[in-house]
Amino acid sequence: MTKVRIPPTLREQAGGQRELAAEGDTVRELLEDLMGRFPGLRTQLVEDGDIAPFVNVYLEGEDVRTLDGLETEVRPGSTVILLPAMAGG
Amino acid sequence: MPTYRELLQQTRSEISEIDANQARERIESGEPVVVDVREQDEWDEGHIPGAVHVPRGHLESRIERLAPDPVRPVVVYCSAGNRSAFAAKTLAELGYEDVVSLAGGFTDWKRNGFPVQLQAGLDVPQRARYSRHLLIPEVGEEGQLKLLDSKVLLVGAGGLGSPASLYLAAAGVGRIGIVDADVVDESNLQRQIVHSTESLGEPKVDSAKRAIEALNPDVEVVPYQERLSSENIERILADGWDVIVDGADNFPTRYLVNDASVWHRIPVVHGSIYRFEGQVTVFKPYEGPCYRCLFPTPPPPELAPSCAEGGVLGVLPGVIGSLQASEALKLALGIGEPLIGRLLLFDALTAAFDEVKLRRDPDCPVCGEQPTITEYVDYVEFCSGTREPA
Repeated sequence: MTKVRIPPTLREQAGGQRELAAEGDTVRELLEDLMGRFPGLRTQLVEDGDIAPFVNVYLEGEDVRTLDGLETEVRPGSTVILLPAMAGG
Repeated sequence: MPTYRELLQQTRSEISEIDANQARERIESGEPVVVDVREQDEWDEGHIPGAVHVPRGHLESRIERLAPDPVRPVVVYCSAGNRSAFAAKTLAELGYEDVVSLAGGFTDWKRNGFPVQLQAGLDVPQRARYSRHLLIPEVGEEGQLKLLDSKVLLVGAGGLGSPASLYLAAAGVGRIGIVDADVVDESNLQRQIVHSTESLGEPKVDSAKRAIEALNPDVEVVPYQERLSSENIERILADGWDVIVDGADNFPTRYLVNDASVWHRIPVVHGSIYRFEGQVTVFKPYEGPCYRCLFPTPPPPELAPSCAEGGVLGVLPGVIGSLQASEALKLALGIGEPLIGRLLLFDALTAAFDEVKLRRDPDCPVCGEQPTITEYVDYVEFCSGTREPA
């Protein structure tokens, strides 16, 4: 089980929750688990089968694009942060 | 009871003294810390370059911060070598192992024609106003003079720009540019603390200028009552800015600020907010990632609600804008570890900070190895949702 932090701009698509528990051994499996339960997240997170360019996924503070992208392995107990761009000022 | 003369003689016999020639040799080796124990007005009229200043009366309480290493040699001087003799004795008692007093003092140093640093200097009211900065070794008089000479451009005089502008002004940033086309609206006042009820309907740049100048008359405010665009950004940047604080409320402006800052090599302190959460980072061109390394393209508009659509806790921009001011001051002073390559996330509801690492993208279209965007684009169109990856 992995804790996934849901940013405020995605919460409406995630049942209003700030953090969700997800299952999976890779980032792809985690996101699929979340998007399966909250289909509204799909357009927010993926584009053309990859992580959308306007969102970043961090595993233990590291951008998974600098690791193995969607195939990055996720150890149980780790923390994932989803970070979409926000413009508000 | 000994007379002053006897006490001085006694003290001089207990310490080591060197003459101006020996002092110059030692000081030029770069090894010793040079301590000037004269009064402020004497220091202001000129001192040995590189010296630190502690008036004799504050020696015991302040020396540890200025000379933390008791093993490092110390050369202490005053105007004629008397106060510094007593100071040398005190320093030895405090545990400094190698202390010498400059016999003949600064007077003899000058007589020999050795280098003297003249201080531009703070005036008396400034010394009082910035006294809490002057007490911090990392800022001090030199740092305060740097701040007074620094130029920070604020993009947006809204939620983030309000606290940032006030703190930068209070800190004595000498020139603050503010770009904002809007007028003060009632819905702004829940968080935009640089404005007030009496400035309703007034251009934000004018309202901010008035508040800033009331806070600190040392600050020159340069108002730009216009929306930042590809057409005006070069003119505004030509006024010369050391740091940009990005408190814009829309994606086109943020991408525009990014591209211009990379091309002009100006660091950008980035902040953004939504509801209870905020993000802060520093984009320093070519030393760390830029905004496009982080987000190559903006989200489609329907996926990225603004604060005007989704709301924001009034104090949140206070936290994030203040962090931006703190980063801007660090950049202007050249101290500490700015948030380059790190993004700080703040959640007001849980009162927690998170940090993630940001890396440069070698394929970045603006700051990458082979940039494909080398001039301004149509940023509104770029962010309109008809996205073509650059």
